[in-house]
Amino acid sequence: MKYVGKGLPKLDGIRIATGQPVYTEDLAPANTLVVKILRSPHAFARIKTIDTSQAVALEGVACVLTHQDVPQVRFTLAGQSYPEPSPYDRYILDEIVRYVGDEVAIIAAVDEKTAVRAMNLVKVDYEVFDPVLDFETATEHPSVVHPEADLVCNIDIGLEQEKNIVCSHSNEVGDVEQELSQCDVVVEETYYIQAQAHAMMETYRAVSYLDHAGRLVVTSSTQIPFHVRRQLARALQLPASRIRVIKPRIGGGFGGKQTGSIEVFAALVTLQTGQPAKIILDRRETFTSTTSRHAMRLKVRIGADREGFIRALDIEGLSDTGAYGEHAPTVFWVVGEKTLPLYNKTRAVRYHGQVVYTNKMPAGALRGYGATQGTFALECAVNKLAEKLNLDPAELRLKNLIKEGETALAYHGKRLGSSTLHQCIEKGKELIGWQEKYPRKDMGHNKVRAVGMAVTMQGSGIAGIDTASAEIRLNDDGSYTLLLGSTDMGTGSDTILSQMAAEVLETTLDQIVVYAADTDISPFDPGSYASSTTYVTGMAVLKAAQDIKSKIIQQGAKFLETTVAEVAFDGQLLQAGDKSMTLEKLAELSILGSGKLQLVGHGTHGSDVSPPPYVAGFAEVEVDQETGKTTLLDYVAVVDCGTVINPTLARIQVEGGIVQGIGLALYEDVKYDAKGTLLTNSFMQYKIPCRKDIGNIRVAFEESHEPTGPFGAKSIGEVVINTPAPAIAHAVYNAVGVSVTKLPITPEKVFMGMQNKI
Amino acid sequence: MQIETTINGKKITLEVANDELLSDALRTKGYLSIRQGCDTSCCGLCTVWIDGKPTLSCSTLAFRVKGKQITTIEGVQPQAEEFAQVLVAEGAEQCGFCSPGFIMTVLAMKHELKNPTEQEIIHYLTGNLCRCTGYMGQLRAIKKYLGGA
Repeated sequence: MKYVGKGLPKLDGIRIATGQPVYTEDLAPANTLVVKILRSPHAFARIKTIDTSQAVALEGVACVLTHQDVPQVRFTLAGQSYPEPSPYDRYILDEIVRYVGDEVAIIAAVDEKTAVRAMNLVKVDYEVFDPVLDFETATEHPSVVHPEADLVCNIDIGLEQEKNIVCSHSNEVGDVEQELSQCDVVVEETYYIQAQAHAMMETYRAVSYLDHAGRLVVTSSTQIPFHVRRQLARALQLPASRIRVIKPRIGGGFGGKQTGSIEVFAALVTLQTGQPAKIILDRRETFTSTTSRHAMRLKVRIGADREGFIRALDIEGLSDTGAYGEHAPTVFWVVGEKTLPLYNKTRAVRYHGQVVYTNKMPAGALRGYGATQGTFALECAVNKLAEKLNLDPAELRLKNLIKEGETALAYHGKRLGSSTLHQCIEKGKELIGWQEKYPRKDMGHNKVRAVGMAVTMQGSGIAGIDTASAEIRLNDDGSYTLLLGSTDMGTGSDTILSQMAAEVLETTLDQIVVYAADTDISPFDPGSYASSTTYVTGMAVLKAAQDIKSKIIQQGAKFLETTVAEVAFDGQLLQAGDKSMTLEKLAELSILGSGKLQLVGHGTHGSDVSPPPYVAGFAEVEVDQETGKTTLLDYVAVVDCGTVINPTLARIQVEGGIVQGIGLALYEDVKYDAKGTLLTNSFMQYKIPCRKDIGNIRVAFEESHEPTGPFGAKSIGEVVINTPAPAIAHAVYNAVGVSVTKLPITPEKVFMGMQNKI
Repeated sequence: MQIETTINGKKITLEVANDELLSDALRTKGYLSIRQGCDTSCCGLCTVWIDGKPTLSCSTLAFRVKGKQITTIEGVQPQAEEFAQVLVAEGAEQCGFCSPGFIMTVLAMKHELKNPTEQEIIHYLTGNLCRCTGYMGQLRAIKKYLGGA
């Protein structure tokens, strides 16, 4: 293949790297109002009175909006295909505020200084309630986070408002209790996965204005332009046809921008004032008032027979969605969905539990989306099981993991189309030096080195739900325009989708103009999330390219006065016997001249399956026994993402995901004080890995061929974040015998663990 | 107040407020490569050179650059592009949002350190955060760039 499998540079790479103005803020029109949000200082309160008179009177203030000025229609900010499983549980502004940082008033002024001054002049009198801060006792708490009568669920998610339960779930195949009772060895442990911040470098921002026809245009750093359009339509009570959402270049997303955290505020100001408006959250607001990963408690019971076959698996979950239910049910379901099918020698599996509301910042989508939490719990338990069985943890996995062509109890009766996970493990063992290094080596001077491992699966798109389209147009000069609704957030998806189109059309990349994403122009795409773009949108591109190719040949047959079967097309030239025509000429005649036909190829794709990509992750750490400090020396990730469309970009995706996983494992923690105020609201308090924190990272691919994917490809974006936490926890355990079950693995926890052992 | 300064080799008179940050002043003047990724001097996105030294423009009051030479990435496009070619070949620009500040620091490092070791490179760039790439690809690019330059 000429383009698929080639490590080509990103088509926007040079321009974005050298600082060109192509991001949301750079595109704001002149004289744009600056939007600021007055936020709640209380975790749970009712606004008794709010006096905006002084603020409104300030020169330069365009408007100050409160809960009295917004439509009384509940909606969700979760970027999901309609009907969203997330509950419609918020107003744009509510009389009740549900966490420290919740929106109280929207202020728009001619500049930032004026807006901030006006914000300080808004007087609010609150009736303060007792907040629900501990998610483990939320169901018994006397306070009800969402008492409102007009909360709406599109589907039954097991909501019980009085108990602060947003979602209840239970999926059992076989009889778990009975199987566990028959197992020779059972491991039971409870794991805690902390909330995690996305910490993308470009904070949340959107710019809105009215166009020449009076339609609302919102330019936003979003992963989900079409979902944002639908959210705005509902929240603002406008027809979606009156709204246009444009996604320019994005400075990172990681799932954060799969929630419409900011667009509605700028849009409302524009509708009220008729003026352009921009909202740019600073880093503190990004930490305190958007979303994070769902913190969870996962209780795992896993049982095996004496031969080392895993026969029963039970995971009981409790998830903290915070003040609003964005992605609450779906993230929770994914915990089981992306863990239960891994070990398929089981006779019974179960995943069950609840998601609760608390008075903290809402949780949302973050790379891994529940699979990260589930993988940590399951893989820690599997490592513990291996020890109990006196088996090498790699051997235990090779013995129990699902293989290509097989099915699993919780795999919906489907067969696994592709997997090289077993080879990934073998390769990873070799690269890390498992034979020599497992489990530990005393280095002297109180330093111990050890290795640990974990495996994981994710999905590729959302089976049976998400559907993406692509269009390819032949232009009058013989070049193509590829129209997409997927959202390249730095991943390089625009580039790899062009590579796929170029492969089919046998053309060069410079002959393809890619445009994404704009709801007025792009065909529908849910957006880039759920590891869907390569797999789902990629298939749509493949279909669109095949469609236009056949239309070019049909048109060629007309011009060459022959049948379609006689025409050969090599990407540049159409030939039938001794007659021929260049593509350029065909395009010119079709569009400008006698052909009278603009050729457009369409492709729409949704998949009935969500084929899992896999990673086998291996960590080598050094633990200082005097301080408990863990230093990551080496990380090996061997990845099965099907066919690797672009090895360079795929490798960077893996390395970036591993480092985010290292952050989750060792450093990152979203913390609150006793009153529910977020403590980790800057990079000073919330530590993401810097260059010195990561050791060495090595990546290898073990390609499989996914029969349902474009050119055999699966996904890669999310799966790569899942293994570091359990693999590092395993290595730390192998080093000093301390099992850290509550992330992150801080020196304090390791040190205290060592003391308690003595 | 009015201050005289030099931006990318051109003498310019800036009207700045007492409390105005250099990052804001530069963006207002149209230097849109300047980005602010944090408000605690942690991320390095806003890095420019003041008299040739990489400096956080978000932590510098604008009036302090009176009489100084400011360089933004707009002023060193040929050098920036030379390194960007290597960076992009590694795929290590990803979202690109942190790249201008990162590249300004890399170019300054090349000027300041002779044959830096891997440890020296990492140390010099510790103040430039990136959430996309995991840093490894950037390190590969820098080594290629320094080796070949």
